[in-house]
Amino acid sequence: MTISDVRKRIENDSVQAVVAESITRAKDDMHNALIEIVEDRAIDRSKELDQIDIADRKKLPLFGIPFVAKDNILTRDSHSTAASKILDNFSAPYQAEAIERLEQAGAVCIGKVNLDSFGHGGSTENSFFGPTLNPHDKRRVAGGSSGGSAAAVAADIVPFALGTDTGGSIREPASFCGVVGLKPSYGSVSRYGVIAMASSTDVVGVLANSVIDVEAVMRVVSGRDSKDSTTIDSPYDKTAQHKKRIGVIKEWFGNGVDDEVENAVTSTISRLEGLGYQAEEVSLPILESALAIYYVIVPAEIASNLARYDGVRYGNRSENNELKTMFRSSRSAGLMPETKRRILIGNYILSSGYYDAYYKKAAQARTLLLRGFTDIFDQFDALVGPVAPTSAFELGHKSDPLSMYMMDKMTVPASLAGLPAISVPVKTSGMPVGIQIVAAQNNDAALLTIAEDIEAVNS
Amino acid sequence: MSKLDRVFDRYTPTIGIECHVQLNTLSKLFSSASNDSRDSSPNTTVNEVCFGMPGVLPVLNDGAVERAIRAGLALNAEIPQLSRFERKHYFYPDLPKGYQITQLQEPVIVGGYVKVDMKDGSSQKIRIHHAHLEEDAGKLTHPSGKNVSYVDLNRAGTPLIEIVSEADMHSPSDARAFAQELYLLMTYADVTNGDLYQGNMRFDVNISLAPKGSDELGTRAEIKNINSFRAVEKAAEYECLRQAEILDKSDLVVQETRGWNEDKQKTIAQRSKEDAHDYRYFPDPDLPPLIIEQSRVDSVKQSMPTLPNDYRSSLAELGLDISVVNSLLEDRDRANIVINVLKMSNKEHATRVAHWLVSVYEGRIKELLSTERLISLSMLMSDGELSSTSAKQVLHAMGRDDSSPREIADELGLLQNNDKDELERIISAVLEDPASEKVISDIKNGNDKAIGYLVGQVMKASKGSANPGLVNKIIRSKLF
Repeated sequence: MTISDVRKRIENDSVQAVVAESITRAKDDMHNALIEIVEDRAIDRSKELDQIDIADRKKLPLFGIPFVAKDNILTRDSHSTAASKILDNFSAPYQAEAIERLEQAGAVCIGKVNLDSFGHGGSTENSFFGPTLNPHDKRRVAGGSSGGSAAAVAADIVPFALGTDTGGSIREPASFCGVVGLKPSYGSVSRYGVIAMASSTDVVGVLANSVIDVEAVMRVVSGRDSKDSTTIDSPYDKTAQHKKRIGVIKEWFGNGVDDEVENAVTSTISRLEGLGYQAEEVSLPILESALAIYYVIVPAEIASNLARYDGVRYGNRSENNELKTMFRSSRSAGLMPETKRRILIGNYILSSGYYDAYYKKAAQARTLLLRGFTDIFDQFDALVGPVAPTSAFELGHKSDPLSMYMMDKMTVPASLAGLPAISVPVKTSGMPVGIQIVAAQNNDAALLTIAEDIEAVNS
Repeated sequence: MSKLDRVFDRYTPTIGIECHVQLNTLSKLFSSASNDSRDSSPNTTVNEVCFGMPGVLPVLNDGAVERAIRAGLALNAEIPQLSRFERKHYFYPDLPKGYQITQLQEPVIVGGYVKVDMKDGSSQKIRIHHAHLEEDAGKLTHPSGKNVSYVDLNRAGTPLIEIVSEADMHSPSDARAFAQELYLLMTYADVTNGDLYQGNMRFDVNISLAPKGSDELGTRAEIKNINSFRAVEKAAEYECLRQAEILDKSDLVVQETRGWNEDKQKTIAQRSKEDAHDYRYFPDPDLPPLIIEQSRVDSVKQSMPTLPNDYRSSLAELGLDISVVNSLLEDRDRANIVINVLKMSNKEHATRVAHWLVSVYEGRIKELLSTERLISLSMLMSDGELSSTSAKQVLHAMGRDDSSPREIADELGLLQNNDKDELERIISAVLEDPASEKVISDIKNGNDKAIGYLVGQVMKASKGSANPGLVNKIIRSKLF
């Protein structure tokens, strides 16, 4: 289902009918994609939208389009839990800037979708509300952490979903569920109202069934916001020159990457050459360190950002007469094991005596990574490679954390460098696989032109 | 010799001060919530940002940056082009995010000094190590008899500048003088409202003792959260006595944080170095580096309010006692009146007005603000129409009555009689009075002081309206 399919349905019927159908599909969903259906607000809003004159509807680029939002994105008249126990009763009196902009453009949020609690994971198995199942094979994971977003789009509940990507959390589930998933340039969408995981790499992005739909949503949500000091002018307002020099990253092939994934990606690259693309292998050795850099910087930021969940002001509290015990037991009971693991690592990394050895060193290496990318983008318009080493794996298959972290190897570099990156489905005989394209910072528009060509050669 | 003097005979104290200055911005450091919570119920001047709700982000208040620049200029410090915010972590119910946004490695104000007139008459430069911007925490109350504590986050997010001095002070009175001068600087530079009762400025005093002549510093204690100048001095004095007593027994001073108990006039141990937090500082990824261009510093310099030392140099030509100058500076309005009087008239009037203003109680000052009225009052004195005692009476009345000083003096019957003819008539009557005979002969025999009796008689006869100076003159001319 695409946005233009829904538009036709609205023209022939009404927003309310379309939204009601979407809600029915959400209720019937067998994949545990949704945490909450925001029915009352969605129906009320669709009635209001139906009152708008035909002429005025054109001013609303997403008029009547239903969508879902990852449950770490705050929305009015619903809970926003980040799939955690500590926030399972939390309802924000304000909503995310991205949601605000979507509503102003006429879109209707019908539900909040599942994730790895606080974004900590790559399979949506670390959710307080249980795992989300892959719509292509319910024995397999949907990917994560935006697994609910990817599954809701793949299961045709809605034409698009908002997700967040800190180290691959949009791209990997998009690849696993066979949808398009965009992580835009860092700062292109306001993080205001998004429950923070790692502030220096968190971005809000879009999952949809086509590149053009992703672009339509990005035009609405992107751009500066006075409530987020790290936002930039929208890179989606630029007109991109269609350039065709692509670098194939050597470090992202062989070694641990499934044949099925590698073949799907290389055959797409050959097809692109058929469209006049020049593809050349390129090596960026520091990419081998990206995962290590990421798993130092990001836990440090997580430990800090999650310090506020202490049971004092909101969320679940485990009552105790002794203050420290109250803090400890509230957090022990309210946070998932993977979240605790990352907080422990982060606090260790930041503690006195270890800061220089870990955090500082990782920050320096991150600068080197950034420089490496800058140099490469002198020669190439975009870089290509797989999104993840495998397609969707079976539930419970990756029980040790390290093997789960290894899945992020190809997605974390763009996150650390703040680059725009997208996963576009490519042809396979089995489970879906995505190809990843990475462009230079703020070259999001150029990234999308290449993504559309990939879409074309795979259709 | 006092106990304290005996300590200073044997030990030299070394004192550094950290001062938290609450900025007088309209809104908080990183949110649009009101920064004025006086008379507000708990948790009413908060929004989702000060409350540390999920998903919120800090946005730096430019007004706080403006005040930081003014503070830096007042401290003769450098304002680096780039400074950075960091997070300082600890768990406490008054700290909503679990961390405080502050500055550590790259603060907004670096170096500088404060010139301080010390009690012993010397003038010293106390160096400033740095000053940084940070947010304040909320407040906890623990009602007695109840098994609960209350959290009020009205103060959470209030902008602060923490000024850290070098350990350049060597007596409790130096510490007090520095604290007072810092207060003047921060209020004159319009950085803070300076309401000490509301905790607008809070001092932490670091103090150690070393044997006299020793190059090595002793172990220090830090006395936190003092909110009056007097308490800065008293707490430092107490610490000198306490630490000397320990050192005299060849024991070791423990490095620790202590609190000042105003009721007991004692410092009390709070936390030793061993329990110190590991704050896990790191750069705040939500806030880009703070860039302050030199051009902005220059333009703030252009519009900088007049600082205490500018007032001091303007007042210097009056040759006032330093205590009078400092008393005037305690209220900028008073200092301004004196400067204006000097500009509009002359030194004589300005000096007189200066003394009036320091002797009149503070509440009246605002009502007496008109420079013109003060000058005309002073002129009545210069012209011999008012005695200095009467002038003060008129001054008090001027607060209630907006007639001219002459009208007020007249109404109160305070104007002195300078009418020579009338005075001569009264004086002749007194001299001819037989009761005066003995006194007159005493005077003529050289007892000059006895003339006072005659002057007194004339004053009585004139019902106090005669100008005593003039009476004295006329009597002398008649007797000799």
